[in-house]
Amino acid sequence: MRITIKRSDVDEMIRHALSERPDEACGLIAGRDPEDGTRVIEKVYLLTNTDHTNEHFSIDPKEQLKAVKDMRANGMVPLGNWHSHPETPSRPSEEDIRLANDSRASYLILSLENEDAPVLNAFCIEKKEDGKNVRKEELIVLEG
Amino acid sequence: MKITVAGEKKEVADGLSIAALIEQENVETPQYVTVSVNEEFIDSGAFDTYQLSEGDEVEFLYFMGGGR
Repeated sequence: MRITIKRSDVDEMIRHALSERPDEACGLIAGRDPEDGTRVIEKVYLLTNTDHTNEHFSIDPKEQLKAVKDMRANGMVPLGNWHSHPETPSRPSEEDIRLANDSRASYLILSLENEDAPVLNAFCIEKKEDGKNVRKEELIVLEG
Repeated sequence: MKITVAGEKKEVADGLSIAALIEQENVETPQYVTVSVNEEFIDSGAFDTYQLSEGDEVEFLYFMGGGR
């Protein structure tokens, strides 16, 4: 999967994630999915982590509902979600993998381990008969 | 009766329960699904008994969470 995201959206995620520290920040991503191996993120939703901790996140279902309706109203489709790791690397944790229930979703993880150089990666977490398979996706940040 | 499911209008049996709709819609991992009807969240314990009505707008929301 090749995913594109605007620099301004990445910057917005970083700003939000920094402001939410020490808690994890989270949200949804939406845009276009032509189902040809590419995805275009057109909007990043900054939503509330109802767990309010630095160890877990749960997206507020009321805000999730509002976001899904906004996507539909603007001709976008849900592409997945994003969350921050305030103190750990940009890779799915065991809990991230356990709670990933949508094999079609893209999971973006923003690491603030080095706050001067945040790292954003995208992953696909597929369900298999013998567990789950994590695959890193190609994430391209569109500058300008 | 006509209801709207995830933005799509559908014809379903009168008095269909949420549990039956979940089955009918082949919802994956239903244990992780939150259901709203007309923007009101329904307790999962009521899925078997909650009967949908004409014109209801239903959304299935998958739990999204994780941890470090």
